[in-house]
Amino acid sequence: MTRLGMMLRKNVMSLLEVKDLQVRVEEREILHGLSLTVNPGEVHAIMGPNGSGKSTLSHVIAGKPGYEVTGGQVLFKGEDLLAMAPNERAAKGVFLAFQYPVEIPGVTTWNFLHAALNAQRKARGEDEMSSPAFLKKVREVAKSLSIPQDMLKRGVNVGFSGGEKKRNEILQMALFEPAVCILDEMDSGLDIDALRIAADGVNALRSPERAMVVITHYQRLLNYIVPDVVHVMSKGRVVKSGGKELALELEESGYAQFEDAA
Amino acid sequence: MNVVAKTETGRALGDAFALVSDRLPGGGKIADQRRQAFEAYERAGLPHRRIEDWKYTDLRALMREVLPLAPAPDVAALNRAAAVVKKQAIDGVRRLVLVDGAFAPDLSDLGNLDKGLSIRPLREVLDAGDGTLSAQAFASDNSNPMIALNGAMATDGVVIEIADGTVLTKPLHIVHVASSAAPAAMFTRSLLRLGRDTGATLVESYFAAEGTKAYQAHDGLIVAIGDNARLDHIRLVEDGSDAFNISSATITLGAHAHFNTFAMTTGAHLSRYQLTVTCAGEGSKVETNGVNLINGKQHADTTLFMDHAVPHCDSREIFRAVVDDRAHSVFQGRIIVRPDAQKTDAKMMTRALLLSDEAEADNKPELEIFADDVTCGHGATTGALDESLLFYMRARGLPEKEAQALLIQAFVGEAIETIVSDALREVAIAAARRWLEARA
Repeated sequence: MTRLGMMLRKNVMSLLEVKDLQVRVEEREILHGLSLTVNPGEVHAIMGPNGSGKSTLSHVIAGKPGYEVTGGQVLFKGEDLLAMAPNERAAKGVFLAFQYPVEIPGVTTWNFLHAALNAQRKARGEDEMSSPAFLKKVREVAKSLSIPQDMLKRGVNVGFSGGEKKRNEILQMALFEPAVCILDEMDSGLDIDALRIAADGVNALRSPERAMVVITHYQRLLNYIVPDVVHVMSKGRVVKSGGKELALELEESGYAQFEDAA
Repeated sequence: MNVVAKTETGRALGDAFALVSDRLPGGGKIADQRRQAFEAYERAGLPHRRIEDWKYTDLRALMREVLPLAPAPDVAALNRAAAVVKKQAIDGVRRLVLVDGAFAPDLSDLGNLDKGLSIRPLREVLDAGDGTLSAQAFASDNSNPMIALNGAMATDGVVIEIADGTVLTKPLHIVHVASSAAPAAMFTRSLLRLGRDTGATLVESYFAAEGTKAYQAHDGLIVAIGDNARLDHIRLVEDGSDAFNISSATITLGAHAHFNTFAMTTGAHLSRYQLTVTCAGEGSKVETNGVNLINGKQHADTTLFMDHAVPHCDSREIFRAVVDDRAHSVFQGRIIVRPDAQKTDAKMMTRALLLSDEAEADNKPELEIFADDVTCGHGATTGALDESLLFYMRARGLPEKEAQALLIQAFVGEAIETIVSDALREVAIAAARRWLEARA
């Protein structure tokens, strides 16, 4: 897409707009007025120390129960995302890759993915995908991520290694073709080889229509998934935004400088 | 013994017994046994919560009375039964239908019996005066009042004999249909004898014809599994929502015999299933598995008594309960290992899933071990659906009820998976799905 095209698009509509978001968990405020605008085709990185509210942001966007939004809004393609149930958000095109994907014994990966894909299609008024068509599609995607077929027959994430669980998240991302992907600490618990496979999977999904928000504690991941914009979060707010060089700067100087700014 | 004061309902039933005695087949010895059984029931009356075994299922409070004996089905009742039997038919089985406590030959499949297989209505066996079979059918213990009552009142049933060395090609399917237009009780008793080196599959279903309201199904099943024989048993209770189902099964295994049973209750307002399994021959193997899927104000009780009488036998129990709304699930599992039963390997695992704050599940495992060289264990858990799993599934696009349905299916799956026959496993899965769909 041309630069002009990008700008025009930007003026028309952002994919994800977080405006002055304030969030409480029980009696404690975690986000104190966080704002963020993500446009199609962009990859944003959100960095920050532990407890800065990064995961809270991802959970609120996905609709996890237990968070109370006390102010601000989150718009997805101009619609009020916070008014939607988690499954509606998924059907609209919001995807959260979990930091800790759960294990679901007794539900095969294959069945789960088929049911989830068809639930999303049904919610969008599309036809359900037949078993043979689904099988073909999921096999292709699994192959591209070096996921062995027998993993699909096992219970969701049951007995998977850390790397396999993260690859399974990316498999789902590729299958559901969401408009916005939020990757919550994708690098946690991964060795360098597993990280590279996961990052390659994510990079293959970058497109001019799709945006990504990469939440990470470490700069390391951003060597593999190179962001367009880097935000630094501290104490529930974005305290600085910049280009990819900001991540390198942080690697040098650490987060301490921002603790005061927040 | 303690004589419990007769209740009003007990007295009314005493009169009823005298009135219906001409409808109960079997003279001489059997008539005496029925009278003794009835007296045993009358002394105890309906079991109530102060009797340890009935603590969670107080029939005096929950059932209150035994309904009058169902009239023999007329043409209209048989036609209603035929319609529902057709609707609920399972492919590839030999169907034996009991309507309102009477064997219905026209709805049953008695053609082309395998060599070595004999099937007769209980009434016919009793009328013919076959002493041995009659004695086996009525040999049960009168200490359990509901089994005693069943023995006293049984009007019909099926008597199935499988001769040594016979392996049945088709599963047998005993269908219990309630079709009476007026509220009534039906009492049936069936006997299944597997000779040496035999193999069979028995399916039992309970359901009601359209328009049938409150009824009581009282069944007693007596099974003897010979040496080296194998019985697979599947029991599906889909009785009407006003119905009571009070049934028992008494199973005895010979040496190196194998009994695999799966029971699922989705229907009936109140049900109690008393399963007694005795390993009487060395080297036998028992797998008893079950699922309750209940909601509304349903009450479903499975009471298992696993008796290891001889050495070198294995038993496994997997029981799952899914309880919604204000329903109440009960599982009582008692394993006894007799002094001689060395090298017994017995394990029991029960798990309950509560889908509402008002749902109740009682698990009562009891192990009584009198031998010293055994492996025995039990475990019981009760919990709700895992919120973190539900959120993950919803975040992938599944609506809440659908996500719950997948988790419930997975929860009961471990028990359903124990059904060996693919076709019958599918029948059980379909029954579970019907329950889940009705919930959504």
